[in-house]
Amino acid sequence: MEQVIFRIQRFNPDAGDKEPHFQDYVLTDDDLPLNESTVLDALNHIKWYQDDTLAHRMSCRSAICGSCAMRVNGHTKLVCRTQVSSVVRDGVVTIQPMRNMPIIKDLVVDMKMFWDKMQAVEPYLQPSDPDPEKERRQDPAVFKQYEFEATCIMCGCCVSDCTVLEVDDAFLGPAALAKAKRFVYDDRDGKKRERLQKLSGPGGIWDCVRCNECVQSCPVVVRPMDAIIKLREAALREGIGTETVGARHVKFFTESVVKTGVLDERELPMKAMGMGWALANMGTALPAILKGKIKPPPLGRHKVEKAEDVQRIYKELEEKK
Amino acid sequence: MKVAYFPGCVAKGNCPELYQSTARIAPLIGLELVELKEAPCTGAGVLQSQNPKLADAYNAKTLALAEELGLELMTICSTCIGCLRKSNKKLQEDEAYRAEVNALLKPGGHEYHGKANVTHLLYVLINEVGLDKLRGMVKKPLTGLRVAPFYGCYILRPADIMGLDDPDHPTSLERVVEALGATPVDYHGKTRCCGFPIGLENEPAAFKMAGKHIGEAKDKGADCMVTPCPLCHMNLDLQQPKASKYVNRDLNMPVLHLPQLVGLALGVPPKELGLGKHIVSTHSVLAKVGM
Repeated sequence: MEQVIFRIQRFNPDAGDKEPHFQDYVLTDDDLPLNESTVLDALNHIKWYQDDTLAHRMSCRSAICGSCAMRVNGHTKLVCRTQVSSVVRDGVVTIQPMRNMPIIKDLVVDMKMFWDKMQAVEPYLQPSDPDPEKERRQDPAVFKQYEFEATCIMCGCCVSDCTVLEVDDAFLGPAALAKAKRFVYDDRDGKKRERLQKLSGPGGIWDCVRCNECVQSCPVVVRPMDAIIKLREAALREGIGTETVGARHVKFFTESVVKTGVLDERELPMKAMGMGWALANMGTALPAILKGKIKPPPLGRHKVEKAEDVQRIYKELEEKK
Repeated sequence: MKVAYFPGCVAKGNCPELYQSTARIAPLIGLELVELKEAPCTGAGVLQSQNPKLADAYNAKTLALAEELGLELMTICSTCIGCLRKSNKKLQEDEAYRAEVNALLKPGGHEYHGKANVTHLLYVLINEVGLDKLRGMVKKPLTGLRVAPFYGCYILRPADIMGLDDPDHPTSLERVVEALGATPVDYHGKTRCCGFPIGLENEPAAFKMAGKHIGEAKDKGADCMVTPCPLCHMNLDLQQPKASKYVNRDLNMPVLHLPQLVGLALGVPPKELGLGKHIVSTHSVLAKVGM
């Protein structure tokens, strides 16, 4: 790499910008050794030696503080731990601010929504028993249940890449939900049921599409989507929110699969949503039936061979519960 | 090449044209499909919240069936490949857990040793058939057809489980599209979620997602979209009229399953690929490639 073009999204409403635009900056090996530099090194070099009007956040340079999250070629990363050499494509690296949050200037976004959502899940321990004299001790095996979520550095990468937040800002989002899981699975907390009740509402655990964007973009080991699935598991286990569409979806999905080995995706929505919904959605089903794509039940029901083995596995696991 | 074939629920349910077109092109690309008729649903990420061990046990059974045949396990669904690989990783890396799951399989006469590998038709086309060979098989090059790939989440992410393509900038579908003589269209939404999983839970969000991606593909001049995932297909095609309402624009975008696009280029008559079964008519695509 002798030179790299850094295509940086600029936006300064104070200077009258109405829309963000791109500006190219060229760095060569004479500026800094590109093969050994991070994207943050490059941004700093641009700001310090080429254009001091460029705004970006940074602090620790060690992937601990979580300040320097931004989109590199479309996906969100901590630029302090992203090597230029790993992201350069045809001589260009495209840098944009995080998505799903309003831009203040250039690469700096307003993270208010991130903190509001975090606050909404009450991210602190709320024990219900009286304070002990010395300390609350915890079995290491229990800590293991939430150790990954406890490593969150609140950088916002997952929130920026979340596909649901892109279309629905009421969703609590991956970071806040992963934090909520950390407390639901902490046996020192006394508000597990209340938390799960709240999390089962609109914008909560059942609104995640499980797209894995957050798992992919998390720079530590949180795996927010896996945490959301664990929250769903906890809610179902505790019998909380059983009348929500999400819980009914899981219930009838399971019912279909353990009986036949196959999900009948025609009958599932009818059962989960009720006949009123089914009638209202005839407009979707009818053309598909007429084109021979979908068979109206009970036609077209099928099962795997030896479905009794699928039923047996389910029964054995249920008995162990 | 012979593969253990896992079609998944949707290809035998709401998207019969996917099952049909896969079976139709298989012999043409030298692929022998040994369908695993006892293999249950992968859980699709839903069963996993009921009981993760149940999903892993079902997937272990499928993996064991492929292992017994000594064949690579091929899916035709992004969700299926993702769930099967996720279970497989857990079962391969954690021997104690595998033993627990095997205890559940044993009465059914199966045991999984951790040897199976899970792939998808898309990667079979690239790695086993080979793009040069595929190019040579093309009888009706799809010249001039602008195709917007739509991957489906699990076939790409997370990379530590999938690792078959770059999750941020995948090229597999684009390379297949090119090999068939068509032109791939690039757009932001191609690696995002179609919205299908929350169609019941949060209808506006689910269909805005689909509508947004289809709209972007349209703005970039795509004649059609192609997807390796039947769940995506349901949200993009079956639900396109609804998606269109939620984004308040006319979309009218044909969406093809991957083997349908391959089949067209290999000269298979459209009817035999189930192209008449789509909600959004595929006539404009056929007209464009002169059929």
